[in-house]
Amino acid sequence: MEFLTIIQIGDSTIRLAIPLLLACLAGLFSERAGIFDIGLEGKMLAAAFLAAAISFVSGSAWIGLLAGITISILLSIIHGLASITFRGNQLISGVAINFLAAGLTVVVAQSWFSQGSRTPQLSGSARFEPIVLPGALSRMREIMEASPMAQLYSELISGHTIIVYIGFLAVPLSWWILYRTRFGLRLRAVGENPAAVDTAGISVVRLRFAAVAIAGILCGIAGAYLSTALQAGFTKDMTANRGFIALAALIFAKWRPWYAMGTCLLFGFFFAIDNRFQNIQMPALWFVIICVALAAGMLFYAIRRTRLDMVVLGGFAVVLLAVAVAVVFGTESLSAGIKLPTQLTQSLPYILTVVVLAGFVGKAIPPRAGGEAYVKER
Amino acid sequence: MQKMPAWADVVLIPLISVLLASIISAIVILAIGENPWAALKLMVSGAVGSSYGWGYTLYYATNFIFTGLAVAVAFHARLFNIGGEGQAMLGGLGVALICLYIPWPHWTLALLFATASSALFGALWAAIPAYLQATRGSHIVITTIMFNFIASGLLNYLLGNQLKPSGQMEPATASFPEPAHLPTLNDIAGLFGSDLFRSTPVNVTLLIGLVACVLVWFLIWRTRLGYEIRAYGHSESAARYAGISPNRIIMITLLISGGLAGMMAINNVMGEAERLVLNAVEGAGFIGIAVALMGRNHPVGVLMAAILFGFLYQGGAELALWTSIPRELIIVIQALVIMFTGALDNLVRWPLERVFAATRSTRGAE
Amino acid sequence: MSAAPAIELKGISKAFGPVQANKDISIRVMPGTIHGIIGENGAGKSTLMSILYGFYKADAGEIFINGQKTEIPDSQAAIASGIGMVFQHFKLVENFTVLENIILGAEDGALLRPSLAKARDELKSLAEEYGLNVDPDAVIEDIGVGMQQRVEILKALYRQADILILDEPTGVLTPAEADQLFRILERLKTEGKTIVLITHKLREIMDITDTVSVMRRGEMTATVKTADTSPPELAELMVGRKVLLRVEKVPAKPGEKVLEVRNLNVTDDKGVHRLKNVSFDVRAGEILGIAGVAGNGQSELLEVLGGYEEATGTIRVNGQEIDLSGAHSDGQSRRARGIAHVPEDRQREGLIMDFFAWENTAFGYHHDPAYQQSRLLMDNNAIREETAAKMERFDVRPPNPQLMAKSFSGGNQQKIVLAREIERNPDLLLVGQPTRGVDIGAIEFIHQQIVALRDQGKAILLVSVELDEIVSLSDRIAVMFDGQIMGERLPEETNAQELGLLMAGITDTDRPHSVAEIEENLANAGVGRAEVGD
Repeated sequence: MEFLTIIQIGDSTIRLAIPLLLACLAGLFSERAGIFDIGLEGKMLAAAFLAAAISFVSGSAWIGLLAGITISILLSIIHGLASITFRGNQLISGVAINFLAAGLTVVVAQSWFSQGSRTPQLSGSARFEPIVLPGALSRMREIMEASPMAQLYSELISGHTIIVYIGFLAVPLSWWILYRTRFGLRLRAVGENPAAVDTAGISVVRLRFAAVAIAGILCGIAGAYLSTALQAGFTKDMTANRGFIALAALIFAKWRPWYAMGTCLLFGFFFAIDNRFQNIQMPALWFVIICVALAAGMLFYAIRRTRLDMVVLGGFAVVLLAVAVAVVFGTESLSAGIKLPTQLTQSLPYILTVVVLAGFVGKAIPPRAGGEAYVKER
Repeated sequence: MQKMPAWADVVLIPLISVLLASIISAIVILAIGENPWAALKLMVSGAVGSSYGWGYTLYYATNFIFTGLAVAVAFHARLFNIGGEGQAMLGGLGVALICLYIPWPHWTLALLFATASSALFGALWAAIPAYLQATRGSHIVITTIMFNFIASGLLNYLLGNQLKPSGQMEPATASFPEPAHLPTLNDIAGLFGSDLFRSTPVNVTLLIGLVACVLVWFLIWRTRLGYEIRAYGHSESAARYAGISPNRIIMITLLISGGLAGMMAINNVMGEAERLVLNAVEGAGFIGIAVALMGRNHPVGVLMAAILFGFLYQGGAELALWTSIPRELIIVIQALVIMFTGALDNLVRWPLERVFAATRSTRGAE
Repeated sequence: MSAAPAIELKGISKAFGPVQANKDISIRVMPGTIHGIIGENGAGKSTLMSILYGFYKADAGEIFINGQKTEIPDSQAAIASGIGMVFQHFKLVENFTVLENIILGAEDGALLRPSLAKARDELKSLAEEYGLNVDPDAVIEDIGVGMQQRVEILKALYRQADILILDEPTGVLTPAEADQLFRILERLKTEGKTIVLITHKLREIMDITDTVSVMRRGEMTATVKTADTSPPELAELMVGRKVLLRVEKVPAKPGEKVLEVRNLNVTDDKGVHRLKNVSFDVRAGEILGIAGVAGNGQSELLEVLGGYEEATGTIRVNGQEIDLSGAHSDGQSRRARGIAHVPEDRQREGLIMDFFAWENTAFGYHHDPAYQQSRLLMDNNAIREETAAKMERFDVRPPNPQLMAKSFSGGNQQKIVLAREIERNPDLLLVGQPTRGVDIGAIEFIHQQIVALRDQGKAILLVSVELDEIVSLSDRIAVMFDGQIMGERLPEETNAQELGLLMAGITDTDRPHSVAEIEENLANAGVGRAEVGD
């Protein structure tokens, strides 16, 4: 593989990771304060729509960004009202917000622009343009002929929109806020034991609303990035489950900012690979070996445990072995390559998250008071 | 001490919640320049104003009965099965395999085995999240969300590569053979010389749905298993004390839940499309959440809420057909119903409790 | 009177729905004194103090702090008025360090670093001043309960509290730890702090307070100088009538061994040894009492015997060995073996609060053929009828099977559990904290039932953290500490002091022991004693 190709995949990884990262940090603030947020998807979607719509109307991507942030915060406040003020179920509220955004964006887009649930194409200052850093090459031909270091600088480091840089800056900033400031201390405390915060004379409600609002801001930026930087306009359901993938990344990252960046880059990398190579080949033998090894591992684990483990993992192992057998008989020779379904690459973030949740690879322990409304008791 | 009478909890609160959701929906309709009153009239006449409308309303309601019951059963064990979507997709796969590859002599046999197969596939898809919740404590909400996406990927792959007849572009199976077609209620009405539900997809699955409601009622309130499920749902620590195995309850409850969600496929896949297509579930799994919430996890409530959502779906479709209001408006209404009946329950409950407390104290003073 | 009272409450009332938790309560606490508030569970003590700490808002009444009328709408205001509170359940963030917990809410400025540095210095001087040593960098979940309590006290002192309220502070402490706490309180008092001690233990009131207020059913029945009163008088004020402090019973006639426990070991999922080689017997017709401070393995012992905690070792019931492999949900077969269990925490274990009384009557015995209508369906009518009869016999009020468990008072809830378990006519009854949160009238009834079962020749294993209860009910007493049985004593041959030393893990009880020795022993105990019921 050429060096430039690797650089380009890296570039694409960053582009695809940024909305995940921003949404993931949004979830991090919210969940660290004890509020589960499965409404990341909806907030991003609403922000993507309004940012595109307002950018188009105003001609300024920055005003669009502000509008996106505003609507996202508004949805956050609804989530806060439901889950903090009225002590409702945080998961249900999140589900509702996702639907609300999915429905409203289409309904409003249709009645506003009459272009079939999309906004008009954005151009010029209504979009965030890539920033070419000093000394970076911007023409493809020049880049192709340049030295590897110049390629790295021009393609990977330079040439992103401002939001990408904001996204990366958000990581150390989030870390600093969480671990080095009074606000961060209190925020983490309220997610672990709100009673401790309350008896210390700090308002649990205010802290949690603040956390939820921060989540709104970050989701707003993420959404605006999708419609005004990554693409040029809003299309129906354009978030494409990124909110849920961000949620998965958050679990994978064990609710920590730096890990979140790593995870989002990893997931972004999967998508970049998937986008770039429609046809990933793998020697059939490898595939069979992987299936058999996984099945054997499961059986080995289950055999020392209860009947339930045996039934479930045993059943799963049988399925894997069946797949392996199907591959053996389905291909002419075991050394021939088989095409990996793109669906598998696309599902990898979800599968990995389940594996992490299962605790087989580093147990993810969520904030202790997560998901529970705070009720005063002695 | 009950804070308010049971009827208020079961009837009044959902009613007020739906009313609030409708008011906001009306505002949305108003905001996009349409007349909410006209829209409502159109929805009513389109959904329940004719036997055609009823046919579609009941067809949709059948889907929601299954997914609603699925969520409700799990909820009795305080397990939030948000994976109805994926389980129903897999149920569809179960139905398709049964209908495509086995030559059935008669639809009744096909229905019997397809029902079993759809329930089995749905249950199996719930098995891994259930297993992980039971033995590893992995949060069922997150795992079932992930499994929805994995199911979508799996089906996408199977339909696009394995199950698609050669030469076909669309990722879908071939049409099921004639003997695997289910009679519609119109066919049945025809036996009695009636032409009810003409050219609508509502089919015998509705009757299976009604039977499922009754069975779920017996399961939850009359059987030992139901007793154990409810006990576990109210208090895991107490269940352990009583010798009720949490692992067993989690597994069985979620298998039943997944099975119910999977059974939705006999309605939409076998009864209506008569082949398996991508996105066959169309969000019905999620609507099950709203249906269960509104129906207070009781089969009768679920049935009524399912009909209400069937009405919304059919009414929404009519609305999209005759006005410029997009079909997605029903998603907005659905979101509002979930929000008000589910997450904002206390918004209605707290003031009502105060009202009841006030009337009680004045009555006490007399 | 020279100085204004540090705390003065006038006419405080508070209702939760139909329950009047505090009725027109007035109280004066002078500065530099230790004031006790005593009362039964549910008498309204904690509610009153929570009002003072701004946790609840009083429906009526006024609060004066140092003679100034003060509004306390929230904890912030309470802290600003110089009030600090140590709750029964500590309000600490478990995965934070001591220092982080101490500055939480009392930081200096928006950045943490200077706050932490300042707190570290402050902590050092507080430690010297009051003898409150803690490691500022220790994480809360790694330190013992006594230490956590010190952190709570330090939190209050760091906020410059002049008034310190402690809610049932000794519930989780050994007698030695409690003594040490009292010494700290004495020292705080000499430094001019005002201390309010809430407790239901008469001994503590007599030991340390200067004045005492008695609460009963939300009302303040008396405020007296401690020196002018006596335990019997206080007890009478607490319950409103003369109390029989001892249970009348005939000598036990022990028979065959019903329960034999040998080398029982339990390791929890964090790898902590909760039970270490526990061995004992219980014979028919006797009550074996297990004494000990909460969290020393008694709960695990009951759970293992009840069939819902995994263990290694040997348990024999009526000579037959019980299979302990995979026994995390073996409750059904234990019941079949004639083991009945009144669990320690009836609200979390013994009852489903949202089930009807009749549903709770079948709880744990729902497989009983008498409760089945057919192979699939339960016979709910039969259960209802049986419940009504049981409620009659055990004097449950109101005797209505159609009420939810949560609608009954603590004592009546306990009677529902007791009726269910005792009327099964078990060979072995496990009883945990039988009278926790139960009013005095019901306590007598419950004690009588337990003794009556013993006199029918049944074996009874009684676990209680109330030493008085253990001493007055048991025929033999075993003391648990750190997951071990420290020794067995006969109630007539031992005394509270000896049992107290055993509860602190000291077996050579004949020789005098220094406080430092006891402390060291407690610090070395492997069992984290953080989890306790209320």
